Amino acid sequence: MAETVDVPGDSGTGSPRPLFAGLSDISISQDIPVEGEITIPMRSQIREFDSSTLNESVQNTIVRDLKAVGKKFMHVLYPRKSNTLLRDWDLWGPLILCVTLALMLQRGSVDSEKDGGPQFAEVFVIVWFGAITITLNSKLLGGNISFFQSLCVLGYCILPLTVAMLVCRLVLFAEPGPINFTVRLFVVIIMFVWSIVASTAFLADSQPPNRKALAVYPVFLFYFVISWMILTFTPQTQG
Amino acid sequence: MTRFARVEGHRRSVGRDPRGGVQRRRERPAGPTRSPACGGDHGPRPGGAGGRRRRHGGEAPGRAPQAWAELSWRQADMRAGSSQLPQAERQQPGFWTFEYYQSFFDVDTSQVLDRIKGSLLPRPGHSFLRHCLRHRPDLYGPFWICASLTFALAISGNLSLLLAQRRDPSLHYTPQFHKVTAAGITVYCYVSLVPLALWGFLRWHGGARGRPRRPLGFLETVCLYGYSLSPFVPAAVLWFVPVAWLHWLLGGLALGLSAAGLVMALWPLLRGDPRVMVAALLSTVLLLHSLLALGCELYFFQPLPPVPPAPLTTALPPGSQLPAGTPRTTGT
Repeated sequence: MAETVDVPGDSGTGSPRPLFAGLSDISISQDIPVEGEITIPMRSQIREFDSSTLNESVQNTIVRDLKAVGKKFMHVLYPRKSNTLLRDWDLWGPLILCVTLALMLQRGSVDSEKDGGPQFAEVFVIVWFGAITITLNSKLLGGNISFFQSLCVLGYCILPLTVAMLVCRLVLFAEPGPINFTVRLFVVIIMFVWSIVASTAFLADSQPPNRKALAVYPVFLFYFVISWMILTFTPQTQG
Repeated sequence: MTRFARVEGHRRSVGRDPRGGVQRRRERPAGPTRSPACGGDHGPRPGGAGGRRRRHGGEAPGRAPQAWAELSWRQADMRAGSSQLPQAERQQPGFWTFEYYQSFFDVDTSQVLDRIKGSLLPRPGHSFLRHCLRHRPDLYGPFWICASLTFALAISGNLSLLLAQRRDPSLHYTPQFHKVTAAGITVYCYVSLVPLALWGFLRWHGGARGRPRRPLGFLETVCLYGYSLSPFVPAAVLWFVPVAWLHWLLGGLALGLSAAGLVMALWPLLRGDPRVMVAALLSTVLLLHSLLALGCELYFFQPLPPVPPAPLTTALPPGSQLPAGTPRTTGT
């Protein structure tokens, strides 16, 4: 529209005038019709994006979340210094792992109440309150990590110990004996070290250097207690 | 770099950690500069016009700039910010703020290790309170030492049951998870209630006598008791070995070191008091400590065979507890 414009107010003159010549004489609302439709080429794309997570099927949502959880599992199994667990934290993974571990560790209801292994609720409480205590400890020491990020890392790093629990349960189907115990001990020790290394790789940078050991020791204690619970698990049929 | 300039303006070295978080207590005097090794004999220096003394966390000077660079901005802000306040007093944050509780955790690794060493190996004449705490108690040490002791007792006790079951197959091995709760409640109650009683008594007595001595703070008492439990942790770990003389040796050693630390810390505070009272107080403290040690050893660990173990005879001392439902073999 770089050519001259016929100003509507000058209806008498038919000759084209230079652009914006009489613009100061014009009042907008009366003389220039300002109406119509403006289309922005990006708009349809934005609208699509907005509705994509609201209107998608439940299956899509679940699959996407499971993929995120699976990706984080991979990061735990091959720990290297990366920010994935910290940036996109979620608590689905820790919940799945904690429930699996507690289901496998609980004793049957036929056993006496005073003795025996932990109940489901006890394992749950130990894992979650242990993780919360460690997070509070690291924040009180002046750590640079947020509450849920730390919970996320500690929860995901239980994955090696859950794998150890599965292996121990399978090994316990074999005949009991010192070899049985040695195999389980070996597996649990390896997975315990793996958990510590994985969680330290994620958490170590968040503390000032003169307090790293103070923040890592409770993590060590936490995974040690969980490893102990896994190692001493005795299924009821063999009791 | 304005933070560094501000810190320097208050006559601190650039790299030093101003320890702002701890200086919020009004009653705390300007204490002495802390030497890196706990137990160095520095008396309290007179508080000068400068008010705040240089405090450092025991780090070597060469590390300081690096330490500053690696601190998160929030920490540096908090510390630099609090160092700007006038030297007389700093505003104590309310107990509902996070910073209030952060001031109890304002310790470095080296400090915690020094304090543990100071309580594991008490030296005569060196009070834990004066030389290790130096009026800056923390809650990290007591809390995690108690947690370690709890799990050490429970796990080691479980190990002793496992070994006893191997000696005597009629025993029934179970993970005994309830002992974790029992140990936790015992240890944490001991470390919170006994210092409360002691602190209350000392305050009441000091007030009654009218002596203008600086009273012992509650947190310092909790800290003293918490760190004094540190000799029990290795003892608890080693108590699973089913050898009787080793049990007595470990127990005696741990109790001796722990009680010595307590007595040496409390002794200077009771100078000038009537001897009867001092003797009664110290013997109560020692009695409670011994009860804790003895109770833990008897409850969490299996009774030991008095003679080289024979498969059919197991002597059970009265009052010992075994898991319910265990078939007892009657020894002859």
